[in-house]
Amino acid sequence: MSGRRAHLVGVGETRYARWGKIGDVTEHALACEAIRNAVADAGLTLDDVDGLASFADDRNEAVFLGAELGLPELRFANMVWMPGGGGGCAAIGNAAMAVETGQAEVVVVYRSLCQGQFFRFGTGGVDASAPARPRPPTVQPASSLLMASMGFVLPYGLVMAAAGYALPTRRHMHLYGTTSAQLGRIAVTFREHASRNPRAVMGGRPLSLEEHQASPMIADPHRLFDCCLESDGACAVVVTTAERARDLGKRPVEILASEQGAPKGFAFGHFTNANIPDELYATGACEALARRLFGKAGLGPADVDVAQIYDHFTGCVLLQLEDYGFCKRGEGGPFVASGALAWKGGSLPTNTHGGSLSEAYIHGLNHVVEGVRALRGESTSPVEGAEVCLVTSAACVPSSALLLGRR
Amino acid sequence: MSERFFPDGMPQPLADAISLPFWQAAAEHRLVVQRCAECGRTRLPAAPVCPECRAAGSDWQDVTGRGSVYTYTVVHRPIAAGQALPFVIAVIALEDAGGVRMISNLVGVDPADVAIGMPVELVWEDMSAELAVPRFRPAR
Repeated sequence: MSGRRAHLVGVGETRYARWGKIGDVTEHALACEAIRNAVADAGLTLDDVDGLASFADDRNEAVFLGAELGLPELRFANMVWMPGGGGGCAAIGNAAMAVETGQAEVVVVYRSLCQGQFFRFGTGGVDASAPARPRPPTVQPASSLLMASMGFVLPYGLVMAAAGYALPTRRHMHLYGTTSAQLGRIAVTFREHASRNPRAVMGGRPLSLEEHQASPMIADPHRLFDCCLESDGACAVVVTTAERARDLGKRPVEILASEQGAPKGFAFGHFTNANIPDELYATGACEALARRLFGKAGLGPADVDVAQIYDHFTGCVLLQLEDYGFCKRGEGGPFVASGALAWKGGSLPTNTHGGSLSEAYIHGLNHVVEGVRALRGESTSPVEGAEVCLVTSAACVPSSALLLGRR
Repeated sequence: MSERFFPDGMPQPLADAISLPFWQAAAEHRLVVQRCAECGRTRLPAAPVCPECRAAGSDWQDVTGRGSVYTYTVVHRPIAAGQALPFVIAVIALEDAGGVRMISNLVGVDPADVAIGMPVELVWEDMSAELAVPRFRPAR
């Protein structure tokens, strides 16, 4: 193996809290804290770091963080275009490209969120409690390509993520008989995993299937507990070469494969596109990406020992399980109802940290952090002997994924 | 002015030069889809190039607004002040638009009665003298 092959050598985070609860530290200071923690975990110092990478919507620009952290020379500053959480794994992939091609030696991928200091996600900047506007409604000029696309559906009130992602899940239920109780099993399982994780925002809050079924409907079929948390916090992952990784304290984790992708015409997924092809509509739109990912690593779904699957909504987890080949198309409901995702006794222990549903919503970069811990044997829900971990970043929008391997 | 279903405070359409003809036609209560001048394939939302034959030329084709529900969600959180809840967002498969679907709302229906495959028809909501928004109701 080439000495420049990319490995994950450090992970770190700040405290995780409910959205709006971190007001005493700025979002960029929180990013710096997570980066420092990840670099320390790797056994490196900030003087070793020469690259920073992030993904869509990041307010915390790498050039400023590099200056704040006193990095001697920022050789690689990079951002993924995939929307929202779709770029987490892709940012790791970009960092890997940088170190493997010699553009940098040590790249830190980061994400920091303090929603109370800016705005709450999912509102589209719309305040439902505000009085009616003084002038009559008209067509407004779009300020960007994104807003021209979003502006085509905003008049119908398609603003909340819970509503946008409900569209493919509702069609899946229609086609295959998937039920709300099956979706609920996903939420209940991840909550159980969070019960052992001291970092998890919902760690002390057990959830039963009955409580899931009794929770208020947000956007049918998404009940409250089908929706991920809204969190403040930051985390970071350190990427470097095999050669460099050899001298460090902790067991390095190898990037076996990295892929990102968006099917033809997909744009922003269901938020802007009612014309996703019929055969892709009730899927996570990750099937082609998954084929490439497994093909690159020479592995298949049966080789995955533990998975960290992006869980913005329970339905999107179910769709990804089918896309990544853990069960056949349409069989995601019975698959999750069988207990497959459980840490104890499941065939595919998934989101051993509790996921975005129960640990924290840090745009899924915390899933990469947990993937590293799972293969180091440091997870609070450890899967014994785990050698291969799948990590995914989003579904039903342009997305990305990693296959990680224990060295 | 038409019957009103949603309050004035709903998000307004945002358009650029490519998508503006859709809303100009809507103001005249005409539902239109973009059509490639070369291959004749239709598309929504509007785009500068045909994604199939990559030709740049296009015009706009009038459609009847008859269709069926492809998928939907019943939303229980308000977007605007004074909004009636819950409300229905649906993807409508248009009948005579060359296979094009569009996102809209279902109105005049009990959300509990909405089903995939339900036949629907167009109903215009005049949000102001200058803005009409196409919504759908069960076919009569």
